[in-house]
Amino acid sequence: MADLSIHIGKLELKNPVLTASGTFGYGLEYADFMDLARMGGIFVKGTTLHPREGNDYPRMVETPSGMLNAVGLQNKGVDYFISDIYPEIKEIDTNIMVNVSGSTVEDYVACTEKIDALDKIPAIELNISCPNVKQGGMAFGTNCSAASEVVRAVRKVYHKTLIVKLSPNVTDITEIAQVVEAEGADAISLINTLLGMAIDAERRKPILSTITGGLSGPCIKPVALRMVYQTYKAVKIPIIGLGGISNWKDAIEFILAGATAIQIGTYNFIDPAIPVKVVEGINEYLDRQGVCSVRELVGGLIA
Amino acid sequence: MMKKRIANWKVKENITFNQNYCLLKLTLEDEPFPEFLPGQFVQVKIDNSEKAFLRRPISVHYVDEKERELYLLIQIVGTGTRYLSCLQPDDSLNLIYPLGNGFSIPDPSKKSKKLLLIGGGIGSAPLLYLGAFLRERGFTPTFLIGARSERDLLQLEEFNKLGTVYTTTENGRSGEKGYVVDHSLLRKKDADFIYTCGPNLMMLSVARYARENGIPCEVSLENRMACGIGACLCCVEHTIYGNTCVCTKGPVFNINELEWQI
Repeated sequence: MADLSIHIGKLELKNPVLTASGTFGYGLEYADFMDLARMGGIFVKGTTLHPREGNDYPRMVETPSGMLNAVGLQNKGVDYFISDIYPEIKEIDTNIMVNVSGSTVEDYVACTEKIDALDKIPAIELNISCPNVKQGGMAFGTNCSAASEVVRAVRKVYHKTLIVKLSPNVTDITEIAQVVEAEGADAISLINTLLGMAIDAERRKPILSTITGGLSGPCIKPVALRMVYQTYKAVKIPIIGLGGISNWKDAIEFILAGATAIQIGTYNFIDPAIPVKVVEGINEYLDRQGVCSVRELVGGLIA
Repeated sequence: MMKKRIANWKVKENITFNQNYCLLKLTLEDEPFPEFLPGQFVQVKIDNSEKAFLRRPISVHYVDEKERELYLLIQIVGTGTRYLSCLQPDDSLNLIYPLGNGFSIPDPSKKSKKLLLIGGGIGSAPLLYLGAFLRERGFTPTFLIGARSERDLLQLEEFNKLGTVYTTTENGRSGEKGYVVDHSLLRKKDADFIYTCGPNLMMLSVARYARENGIPCEVSLENRMACGIGACLCCVEHTIYGNTCVCTKGPVFNINELEWQI
């Protein structure tokens, strides 16, 4: 049995397999299908300072090997999370991390401060890359000075592990990654969804109510891998890789490209027990390759 | 509520109707047979298809507990449903089940209640299991089933075993000509409860009829879904509770819960 444990900032994770925000609810939705404690961690649904109703239906369309979504951060707000969700999930024996989203720097800071007060939430993932909200969201993640401002403000008030989730909808993701690192982020996760669109030819109309949405699923994996690879060479902080991971082999590819940990997103919808299968697959791979620890594999492409 | 499960089911039989529909009879080996409620659905995995990447939500058409069989009635409309129509006996099919909430079942002491089940096209699929479930509890359901043509009226013999069946077709070749809401049966206005499933516009007109006549009514929605378990928030409907997941709070809703322009 190989050593699957990893560190990210102050976080100790029993393995590098995490689930992506927005694809795993609050974890409880998946409790019937597997033992949640077998995962390294869970990023719960994007949480904002105030409740959000999200976008109008249709919010989703299937695309070749993937899907577009335009949910728009529907959530009942951080106070509801604290009063109604947190008590239900805080005893799950894994790292429960909150994806913090917002429209203004002040919102991000206020939401973060409230999450900071929760003992059993050891980290946040700052979402500066949601493509489906009108204000804020991706705007913070596609502009270096905006990214810098929001990370600096949150870092000032938050002393647990700060992970920043980056948008792929930029010319050069390494620039944003370096800015975020310079502002003191402990880690970065990439990539969020790629901005996309689908059209109904017969009706001559866009399918999504918001016209554009975020593309996810196996179709984006090559783009995500490339971005993890480039970013690994540009920063020193750990990278959490995601984008189209649907089996252990995909996970290993991300780790070889430079990811310390990985997140499973859209594929949770296809196989709600996939995280545990990926944990097992990584372990078998390491044993087969004679690698003692998954940490040795990070960025381990053979030149 | 029953625990949700994921398992491989085995195809026992796959019957094609009129080239456009298929009836899949599935059985579960090595596992206890689950309890399904009428109106619930399953999420079906389509293997090795880049075009049908997501699971397909399919309503429970019928459950034969004695034979340990689950029936799915499927209209062949795209890549995913075509895949299902090509399955052969002994093939395996991965399902997540049981999902969603079912139709409400009246108190068994009120057996004289007149229950009207209105289906449109493939939307009539869940009404067979609902009818059988009601029949087993002593009710006598009445069915009103509409379709584009007589070739789209499915399983009529099975419905006939459970109660009186009225039909409409748009071409008039079976039953009354027109839409279900135009059927003469509805002029009597003597239903005590209406259950309906079909295209949204049809359900909207049934909901209007029900509201005008003060008849309680439940509709079963088929919004586009990804996960089917309340995680992705894609299939939401505007309800009096805000944007609500059809997969977990539905697919069955009372019309009074919906923000429809009834």
